[in-house]
Amino acid sequence: MKKVLSVLFSVALFAFSASAQKIYSTKSGSVSFFSKAPLEDITAKTSEVESKMAPSNGQLLFMLLIKGFHFKNQLMEEHFNENYMESTKFPKSDFKGVITNIKEINFEKDGSYPATVKGNLTIHGVTKEVQTTGTIDVKNGKVSAKCKFDIKTKEYGITGAYIGTKISETINITVDCQYE
Amino acid sequence: MKKKIVFILIASFITSGLIAQEVDLFKTMDDDAKKAESKRTDFAIATFKTTRLINGHSVENVGRGVLDLKISHRFGTLNKGGYELFGLDNASMRMGLDYGVTDRFMIGIGRSTFEKQYDGFFKYKLLRQSSGFKNMPVTVSLVGSMMLKTLRDPDPTMKRNFSDKLFYTYQLLIGRKFSPGTSLQLMPTVVHYNLVPLAKNKNDILALGIGGRQKISKRVSLNAEYYYVLPSTKLEGTYNSLALGVDIETGGHVFQLHFTNSTGMTERTFISETTGSWGKGDIHFGFNISRVFTIGKRKA
Repeated sequence: MKKVLSVLFSVALFAFSASAQKIYSTKSGSVSFFSKAPLEDITAKTSEVESKMAPSNGQLLFMLLIKGFHFKNQLMEEHFNENYMESTKFPKSDFKGVITNIKEINFEKDGSYPATVKGNLTIHGVTKEVQTTGTIDVKNGKVSAKCKFDIKTKEYGITGAYIGTKISETINITVDCQYE
Repeated sequence: MKKKIVFILIASFITSGLIAQEVDLFKTMDDDAKKAESKRTDFAIATFKTTRLINGHSVENVGRGVLDLKISHRFGTLNKGGYELFGLDNASMRMGLDYGVTDRFMIGIGRSTFEKQYDGFFKYKLLRQSSGFKNMPVTVSLVGSMMLKTLRDPDPTMKRNFSDKLFYTYQLLIGRKFSPGTSLQLMPTVVHYNLVPLAKNKNDILALGIGGRQKISKRVSLNAEYYYVLPSTKLEGTYNSLALGVDIETGGHVFQLHFTNSTGMTERTFISETTGSWGKGDIHFGFNISRVFTIGKRKA
């Protein structure tokens, strides 16, 4: 009888630990973008990105405030908010997606794992489905995610007289998040 | 014993059932976003396109490390007629350099051909308009400027001290961006004369300015600026300054084109010494051109 009991206990315990739903999160992830321009390259960065990742089902979230992007040139920052991103009207940008190959990532073991991400990216009030690849690094139990992808300003309704001439239509975006 | 086993079984099912409940980040996201939203303060930006409304200051500052070269012209009056091409044969000019020490504190210097005047100013943003967690209905800036008139006195026998050629202006700028396109500003002003033209004149001239802008497209706005001088402090033969203009922004440049009854481009010369009258057609066409250079480092 005792045996049965202990087995049951261990089963219960196992069930508990297996389903302990760890969520990795951060509020200080960084996103930067770069656009090639003939006069002056346009680059800005924010380090106030919120992100959450659930290894159990591969869900991945990113959220940032457009006004959090800082430029070296203050006037450029103002034009970015005022003329291009209309950040008073569309203050946030977010991504809701899943890591499709989450099963291949072992969060318990150090390593660098390629990740395929698929989901909905919302910028300037326009939501588009995107798919990209990145890497998830596990080191001493710390998890970080990195990713690079391109977007086209036109697809998100970001327009302006200079886009296509002085400002490249393609914007390179770099994501770098260190989770806790 | 059986009871115990049943109990453990049920308990383990319940606990595992509870814990195994699927995490759904997408569901919690909206709640989290709402929570974050209530803590967020949104500061108004770009209340005006540049640091000048037309003749006078706006609540805008140049950012830290930004150098702004300003070249302004006021041509002669329109009522001069075709012979002087409606005033274009004459021009009064001010060249100036503004610099942002911090994002909220800027300084500037300038030289005007009008009365061969040098000027220097500072502007500090005391309050920033914001909504959300911290609510502030207006942006408030303080401007202090000093002007040195170096035009020789018409009567060379008159003894003048250096301080007699100095003038000071203090302004409080209270601005509000009502909507993305509409901004208004009030400017209570004191202009101080160390030496007044006539003995009966007061040393401090009080004025209240009102100005605003209405955007008509992303890059173009219509501006207006009016200074009401308290009649008891007004100098003889002067009129209140009224200016109407348009701002055109192209990347690093802002072009301001306008019509005004003032010839000078410093606070003293346009607020308290405007001698032109709109009614008589003493209207000057003018422009300000601004070109910014980023010279200092700003944390990106």
